[in-house]
Amino acid sequence: MKKHLKPTEDPLALKLLLGAIMLAFIGLVLVLPLAVVFREALADGWDKAFATLGDEDTLAAIELSLTAAAIAVPLNTVFGIAAAWAIAKFDFPGKTFLVTLIDLPFSVSPVVAGLIYVLVFGMQGWFGPALADYDIHILFALPGIVLATIFVTFPFVARELIPLMVDQGRDEEEAAATLGATGFQTFRRVTLPNIKWALLYGVLLCNARALGEFGAVSVVSGHIRGQTNTMPLHVQLLYDNYDYVGAFTVAAILALLALLTLGVKSFLEWRYADELAASHRH
Amino acid sequence: MSLIIDTISKRFGRFAALDGASLTAPQGAFVALLGPSGSGKTTLLRILGGLEQADSGSARFADMNWLDMPARQRKAGFVFQQYALFRHMTVARNIAFGLEVRPRGERPARARIKQRVEELLELVQLQDLGGRYPSQLSGGQRQRVALARALAIEPRMLLLDEPFGALDAKVRKELRIWLRHIHDKAGVTSVFVTHDQEEAFAVADLVAVMNKGRIEQVGAPDAVRREPRTPFVSEFLGA
Repeated sequence: MKKHLKPTEDPLALKLLLGAIMLAFIGLVLVLPLAVVFREALADGWDKAFATLGDEDTLAAIELSLTAAAIAVPLNTVFGIAAAWAIAKFDFPGKTFLVTLIDLPFSVSPVVAGLIYVLVFGMQGWFGPALADYDIHILFALPGIVLATIFVTFPFVARELIPLMVDQGRDEEEAAATLGATGFQTFRRVTLPNIKWALLYGVLLCNARALGEFGAVSVVSGHIRGQTNTMPLHVQLLYDNYDYVGAFTVAAILALLALLTLGVKSFLEWRYADELAASHRH
Repeated sequence: MSLIIDTISKRFGRFAALDGASLTAPQGAFVALLGPSGSGKTTLLRILGGLEQADSGSARFADMNWLDMPARQRKAGFVFQQYALFRHMTVARNIAFGLEVRPRGERPARARIKQRVEELLELVQLQDLGGRYPSQLSGGQRQRVALARALAIEPRMLLLDEPFGALDAKVRKELRIWLRHIHDKAGVTSVFVTHDQEEAFAVADLVAVMNKGRIEQVGAPDAVRREPRTPFVSEFLGA
């Protein structure tokens, strides 16, 4: 007797073919480049790679990148929660416009984002000369780099939260209010626990992008070695100076940070699988 | 000490959800707001619960300017059609919520809260399900949890928005008898929204028939049925 397939099941040959195409694609586009980065970094052995890491300018770049992310990510987390909360739980005029505005950094080229800050804070810009009189430097300094990073990574948290919060509706918040909870209690005990996984995911993506941002930061940084060079900029600088081992070593650090981010995310998803499922059902 | 609703109006954009609704009910009454969809009954209930602001009009209850108080100070237990249980909390934590969010001075001790939750679980006949999550319960069980949660705050008023709307006919009938029983036991004033007239006439002391944002007639179930005072009421009840 011929065995019948379930309506949702495909023949074995097709499954194998699709699987093979997928694996080949992932291997070529994702795994291979990553492997090349590590291979090039270690091309002259571990000693050379570690020598790059001991270099003062490299350490300064790592420190600057981590500092910029440490400022930009918490701020964007707060902004993102506030924006998503306002959009999902309240009605007000201009809501659609606000949603469009949040998406702006995704549609604007990062280079343009950087140039906007040059226009505003540059020495030929609107506020640059006035601020310089008070010895405040935004461009070619940490504040400019942080601003550019914030701009580029702004949508990540908000975009992750808005669909979920709209989907969850306002019922639970209304119930909390009738039960006597204050606005803050409602947020902390009801809203936040309901969005914590999406929030975590948004923060991780935001962080990954903050560490990796090149375009916008490149425009405002000024590329001062050991002072305003972030990790991605340092990679370019080393590469342009024919220091391939150095460039790929710093690139490998960036890649490791990204892999660490993914690892943390996967671990949390595995550890709290039950809770995760419960928050989506109901 | 009665509930007096005085010409409340509410517009959503150009749509008049409530157009001068008035109603008086004695303390401890079980009032059913009955009417077709769009007649304004849920809007009126949400205004009483503090979830919506009236454009004009007033309401007095227990000698208080009811509409001037924020929702969280009214102690009006609200039961939603879709239950609105806190999905990330167990049944017991859901019921305890209203007690746990009280300011430090008024909050009962932890042991007392636990005891109260046990009592309420018993009242709604869900003794062994305190540790479950809402997603693990049936619709009827969820609505009983929602009711227990609303009762935990010792409400002055119980507001129920089509509480059995999402349940099947048999469960509805059981629950409404039981709800009436709980209302009598708790001694609250209850306002109950429904579009099902059989349900309204079976449980309520007072039936208020609503149409186009107004209350057309209020009275005891028998009186309303015997003497419909407007063409709309007689047509609606006859249907």
